[in-house]
Amino acid sequence: MVENRPWANGFAHTVLIIGVALVVFPVYIAIVASTQAPDELLRGTLPLLPGSHGIENYTQMWQSGVSSANSPSAALMLWNSFVMAMAITIGKLFISLLSAFAIVYFRFRFRMFFFWLIFVTLMLPVEVRIIPTYQVVADLSMLNSFAGLSIPLIASATATFLFRQFFMTVPEEMLEAARVDGAGPLKFFKDILMPLSVTNIAALFVIMFIYGWNQYLWPLLITTDPDYTTIVMGIQRMTSEENPQWHLVMAAAVMAALPPVLVILFMQRLFVKGLTETEK
Amino acid sequence: MASITLEGITKTYSGDVRAVKGVDLQIEDGEFVVLVGPSGCGKSTLLRMVAGLETITDGTLKIGDRVVNKLEPAERDIAMVFQNYALYPHMTVYNNLAYGLKNRGFKKDEIDQRVHVAAKMLEIEEFLERKPRKLSGGQRQRVAMGRALVRDPAAFLFDEPLSNLDAKLRVQMRVEIKQLQRRLKTTSLYVTHDQLEAMTLGDRLVVLNAGQIEQVGTPMEIYARPATMFVAGFIGSPAMNMLKVDYLKTQGASGLLDNLPDGTDTVGIRPDDMHLAPPEAPHLTVDSTLALFEAAGAESHLYVNLAGSDQPTVIRVSGQPPVAEGETLRFYVPRDALHPFNSATGQRTPSPGE
Repeated sequence: MVENRPWANGFAHTVLIIGVALVVFPVYIAIVASTQAPDELLRGTLPLLPGSHGIENYTQMWQSGVSSANSPSAALMLWNSFVMAMAITIGKLFISLLSAFAIVYFRFRFRMFFFWLIFVTLMLPVEVRIIPTYQVVADLSMLNSFAGLSIPLIASATATFLFRQFFMTVPEEMLEAARVDGAGPLKFFKDILMPLSVTNIAALFVIMFIYGWNQYLWPLLITTDPDYTTIVMGIQRMTSEENPQWHLVMAAAVMAALPPVLVILFMQRLFVKGLTETEK
Repeated sequence: MASITLEGITKTYSGDVRAVKGVDLQIEDGEFVVLVGPSGCGKSTLLRMVAGLETITDGTLKIGDRVVNKLEPAERDIAMVFQNYALYPHMTVYNNLAYGLKNRGFKKDEIDQRVHVAAKMLEIEEFLERKPRKLSGGQRQRVAMGRALVRDPAAFLFDEPLSNLDAKLRVQMRVEIKQLQRRLKTTSLYVTHDQLEAMTLGDRLVVLNAGQIEQVGTPMEIYARPATMFVAGFIGSPAMNMLKVDYLKTQGASGLLDNLPDGTDTVGIRPDDMHLAPPEAPHLTVDSTLALFEAAGAESHLYVNLAGSDQPTVIRVSGQPPVAEGETLRFYVPRDALHPFNSATGQRTPSPGE
């Protein structure tokens, strides 16, 4: 596509713009809806232009939430979601980095067996093991706690597998050079392997954070205390009211969408930085 | 600095594959020893066992007076230069050099001073703040050397360090390594498959084949008196020609061949010892047809088919003789230039009085 062909370019742009519009339209509607007066949204026709109650709706949602739906303030719910997502992300990265390190760099009995064991869990979605997991968490009295929200979701076969693949591309001579240079296994891990995996860690951080942020079924099962309500749960509760207050639901939804966007924007910079730094 | 002593060093991989079969070798303090052999001869395995990167199945390895069989590489007081340099890509050149010192708990000033001394010696001072990716092959090679140098170890181990460089740079680095080793007088063990590199670098060569030592000696000793047919064929380029004594006798030179050592059935002749003009000393005469003429500037290689034999043979002559492919050539070999071998044992047959 080096030549300048106005018609082809125009066509390509049209297709892209239609595609983007399709994706962006619901988001736009959510933003518009979150700025309307309470009765505006119940008339049956959705307004297409922003209303004048934006600040009011957001303040109400942020500060007090919807008590009739057992949904606390958005500030608390966002904080809960953030803590859970961060715990899951950091835990997942930590555990999968270490287990990939063990599997690639240490020769121990049943090494491949353990690798396949981890690999097989890739095929089991959370929903399949959710009842036994609930039982375990309940027996350990971790219901209604951040530990209960995050720990069961921390093990990650996907991340372990990706790190394993990456570690296997690191030349063996690098390890040998480090050994000659007097670096023990953990030093090698910290000084050589971790800095080399920065871009992978950043990419997985984004994926894992969004995975954690969007957890829905698990928090719903494990918490009954409104103090541990996450934003995704809160939205669900507000919508299952008899007469949902759509303007507040939309305000909550918009706020719920922001942190993942911020994480992507922030990590993208780190991501690019990591790439360019190794390029030096 | 220290000597390195190998006693019956053996490496057996699982499945009873014996990569190194009982190697005995004494490397003196300050000596530059080159391990040379074809790929798969066990030379790298041997070096890696000295480094501590491979376990030693059997035998004793001493660096200085210390038995180091069970020690980690870092505890053996050796430094290694790897074939692919193995520089840490995320660290600057400075940190690449300093990393080993940091791990050993050196003070900042001491590290700084050592890094700068090494960098100056290798002329990489201006690259200290760069990352390895921004360096050329030759510069990376220097950094890899620097990483070994800063440690001031008892011994340097080189694992084919020049094989990733282009031919011109290889010659240049070869000279530099030699000069550096002369200056530092650090015991060095160098692995290569390139016989020219081995000849020019080593104080002594160790020729390995199939996990065993074929011959140990100074480069010229080995060149002048190869102990086995393998060494004869491996050291020197083009390779030594091997001719059957029986065949040479049919060429009417039996008088000269009668007093070869007992058991000799093959003689080796270096391509340089085959002359187109008859020498004054007693000599053999062989007729051949020129199959291919290869001009290499200062010298020429003549690939000939011997009369009445299908043995391919190479002759090296200086300059460019006026010969044409397909022409019949008669060449002359001085009696003294024959290397007597027994083809059944592969060994050089000892001359009487040896």
